[in-house]
Amino acid sequence: MKTVGVLALQGDFDAHRKAVERAGARAIEVRTAADLSQCDGLILPGGESTTILKLLEDEKLLEPLRNFGQEKPIYGTCAGAILLAREVTHPVQPSLSLMDIVVERNAYGRQIDSRIARVPVNGQDELEAVFIRAPIIRRVGGEVRVLARYHGDPVWVEQGRHMVTTFHPELTDDPRIHRHFVDKL
Amino acid sequence: MYLSEDFRLKVGLAEMLKGGVIMDVTNVAQAKIAEKAGAAAVMALERVPADIRKEGGVARMASIRVIREIMEAVSIPVMAKARIGHFMEARVLEALGVDYIDESEVLTPADEEHHIDKRESKVPFVCGARNLGEALRRIAEGAAMIRTKGEAGSGNIVEAVRHMRTIIKEMKQLTVLGKEELVHEAKNLGAPLELVEWVAANGKLPVPNFSAGGIATPADAALVMQLGAEAVFVGSGIFKSEDPDTRARAIVKAATYFNDPVKLLEASEELGEAMRGLDVSKLPESELLQTRGW
Repeated sequence: MKTVGVLALQGDFDAHRKAVERAGARAIEVRTAADLSQCDGLILPGGESTTILKLLEDEKLLEPLRNFGQEKPIYGTCAGAILLAREVTHPVQPSLSLMDIVVERNAYGRQIDSRIARVPVNGQDELEAVFIRAPIIRRVGGEVRVLARYHGDPVWVEQGRHMVTTFHPELTDDPRIHRHFVDKL
Repeated sequence: MYLSEDFRLKVGLAEMLKGGVIMDVTNVAQAKIAEKAGAAAVMALERVPADIRKEGGVARMASIRVIREIMEAVSIPVMAKARIGHFMEARVLEALGVDYIDESEVLTPADEEHHIDKRESKVPFVCGARNLGEALRRIAEGAAMIRTKGEAGSGNIVEAVRHMRTIIKEMKQLTVLGKEELVHEAKNLGAPLELVEWVAANGKLPVPNFSAGGIATPADAALVMQLGAEAVFVGSGIFKSEDPDTRARAIVKAATYFNDPVKLLEASEELGEAMRGLDVSKLPESELLQTRGW
């Protein structure tokens, strides 16, 4: 059985742990560089990207994460998508730069603009997408494949081994997206 | 109600705050310090609880200008407090578009019998609780997050510990009861049977369970996290200490590494003086904030 690490510095890592288990893999919480050695892949959960980034900097985890991403798959949701991006705006902040995407933070607005939408995948199956103070992917590079869009904006994309969603499949019972990630390991 | 999209979105934001620290701030400068230190959200209010306690008078919702300035200054969620039962303060905050409303015992209650009906609001609410019955009544009214009341502005963790232990113990007790016993317990708790049954089946609250009221050190934050809190609110503990910036960073680190004594040790060094604490057992009943609301 594959082991998926869930970065557990701050955010909804517990919901991801359960979602990974529903997708048929083992989940462990990752708080130190040493924890990464046990993982076949890593999830960067939702949460506050400024908080997670601050802890990554203070605990000197940015380099270990970048190195991990050179070899193994990483999946970022919402704040995790912001961390994986090449460029972050609104406001500008540093990131891991593992995916060729430009992400605008809090792009739908505040909590009152949070929403649950049904987005088509592969032009057929619908997926329930929970957006919470979500970012918008404003630009994608040539190697990035868009798997789902909402109002024309990419909301689920992958590039090589990595992928992001700007919404939270871990807050639904639908295991498809986590299964898709586990299949990449 | 608990499966409605609105309620799921409200709980969803609380999920995103887990493992984090929500810091009380009274102006933009403090909000920026909090954000830079790694706060997962800030709570905008007029005075921190320790000052409300000292200065007395009526404590109300913060000035709209200050809340708006804070909302514009930081990118993290901004919460604000409304008085218990003051549903018009809450509606004003909803119109302003704050991310969470705290119907808080720290402010002077506007209604001694009724809490706000929180179900209709688009903005999620957090409410304080001392025990399971109180927590479930607030959830029944629509709260999407519960926090212990503790004793705000005291710098003393004893009440937050008491409340968290009480809620956790009362939930554990429900898990071993039979169906007919749960009906009786619902009566004792003064809580809807539907919620009592949910807790009995799941062993936890149907919304995130955070801690507040007396957290002043990294070890305090780690203690309540060990007891079952999923995130912490720090009121006076940061901006009433000698070195708010360092202390804020340290408490953020403690909320993440609450299970790692070596990291906690790192977080606890060179913090400067903590806020001055109060012996809650010596406070007259009339000065307790936790007895406001029911």
